[in-house]
Amino acid sequence: MALLRRRIDEVAARYPKKGAALLPVLHLVQRETGCLSEEEEVFVARALGLKPMKVREVVTFYTMFLRRPVGKYHLQVCSNLSCSLLGSGPLLEYLQRKLGVGAGETTADGRFTLSTVECLGACEQAPCLMVNFDYYGQLDREKIDTILEDLE
Amino acid sequence: MDEKVLTRHFGVEGLFRIEVYRGLGGYEAVEKALKEMSPSAVLEEVKKASLRGRGGAGFPAGMKWSFVPQNVPKPRYLCVNADEGEPGTFKDRYLMSHNPHLLLEGTILASYAVGIRSAFIYIRGEYEAVARRLEAAIAEAYGNGFLGEKILGTEFSLEVVVHRGAGAYICGEETALLESLEGKRGHPRLKPPFPASVGLFQCPTVINNVETLSNIPSIVLNGADWFIKKGLPKDGGTRVFGVSGMVRKPGIYELPLGTPLRTIIFDHAGGMKDGKELKAVIPGGMSAPILTADEIDLPMDFDSLAGAGSMLGSAAVIVIDKGTSILDVLGAMTKFYSHESCGQCTPCRIGTSWIRKIAKRLAGGEGEPDDIDAIIRLAGNIKGKTLCPLGDAAALPILSICRKFRSEMEGYIPHA
Repeated sequence: MALLRRRIDEVAARYPKKGAALLPVLHLVQRETGCLSEEEEVFVARALGLKPMKVREVVTFYTMFLRRPVGKYHLQVCSNLSCSLLGSGPLLEYLQRKLGVGAGETTADGRFTLSTVECLGACEQAPCLMVNFDYYGQLDREKIDTILEDLE
Repeated sequence: MDEKVLTRHFGVEGLFRIEVYRGLGGYEAVEKALKEMSPSAVLEEVKKASLRGRGGAGFPAGMKWSFVPQNVPKPRYLCVNADEGEPGTFKDRYLMSHNPHLLLEGTILASYAVGIRSAFIYIRGEYEAVARRLEAAIAEAYGNGFLGEKILGTEFSLEVVVHRGAGAYICGEETALLESLEGKRGHPRLKPPFPASVGLFQCPTVINNVETLSNIPSIVLNGADWFIKKGLPKDGGTRVFGVSGMVRKPGIYELPLGTPLRTIIFDHAGGMKDGKELKAVIPGGMSAPILTADEIDLPMDFDSLAGAGSMLGSAAVIVIDKGTSILDVLGAMTKFYSHESCGQCTPCRIGTSWIRKIAKRLAGGEGEPDDIDAIIRLAGNIKGKTLCPLGDAAALPILSICRKFRSEMEGYIPHA
């Protein structure tokens, strides 16, 4: 935690007001801990001199901040227009069958969490998917099979 | 003659590295401005160039800069809007990952023109790899004396920080972006006061889109007249169109403003995929009202699109084929806006989710005779009744679908 605390101070120093570093600091902490539970909220609040409720307000507003742990691989399928025009709906169903979970759920072994997501800004590669922070595009069933195999 | 301004060197390997960028004339505009031009001369040149904002609203960039008061004893800030959340839009991702130094050069020039010493690049959280590339480019720019204290030995200094968002479309709205950058929920502010006078940390602030700023170096180097010739007199330069959907060659195409929509779809993007037939086009990101297949003989510039009842927006062209039900389009649209409404204004928060429920019911074959009129009433009650443009961005395309595709929608309603 001491190392994390030092990195938080480094990030905060880039801003004229410490509290402005909240989003980057939450990214930093989530990367370490996997999600942002009450414990992390209080930790971040202390580090930045904020009230814990201010941190909660922000954590609950932004979809990338996770209040519960996700699987080792977080598969986020774009369900917006350009991707759905090119078949993201059937691909999501394929993934649901293959993994045996619905959107928003995690496999029993904790390896995969499946979600839908709004436009990822990769519409030229539709249909696309984000695995943790990596983008995969022009998906079809075979490509999804290969991606999952490579993650095993 | 190569008419491209922003993507001209995209084929050059390693363009994102400063030595390659400088080998192609990069940072010459910064040298010219800092050594030969006064800040007001840079501002005047950008004003003359008729550069309109590339984020969506199309506000003249030079005019925006000129609104920043110079006589207040407060720091001034520049925020680069790299949030790029408008569905269909992906151009800024290309501009930043292929040519990050062009954006930095534009950022330096804008800061010089307005007297800014601190800039933030607000980039959407999902673009993590792009953010890392920007950070590497910034480190190179510091190392080469283009950022930091006393740039090129002059009195001008500038710090640039990359700030990642965390998954909220609303943060592309400029005042929500400011709130988010201050470490808060992305709730838009009431305007006025405008950010030019009361912005980030209550200080005068300029907010410009990535593509807007990336145009500045060429304006400074080649002059406003040159830039206007690349586009139209009231709308200078090129536009980076992003084409997606049912086309053979989806991607970005940098073309002169005023290029016909038909040419973009059928020549540049290779026409319809798999022999499909064109049904409709969303010409400027999802918030732009829809055009039917008969309406695509239209020059793609701000005024022509506005005249056709739509908007150029972020120049993101989404191509829809006849095999797609209009209810699927409406479904994706209403799901998006109900998810992304920040919740501050009741008409938007409640209206978008009600419309989404009705759209879902229609798509499920359980629509009721009054449903289309109910959507129109609800959308009409969002329009013009919200703090920020998200309300209109949701209402206008929904209304355009109900107007132009009403008979198709009625066909899905089971009659008693």
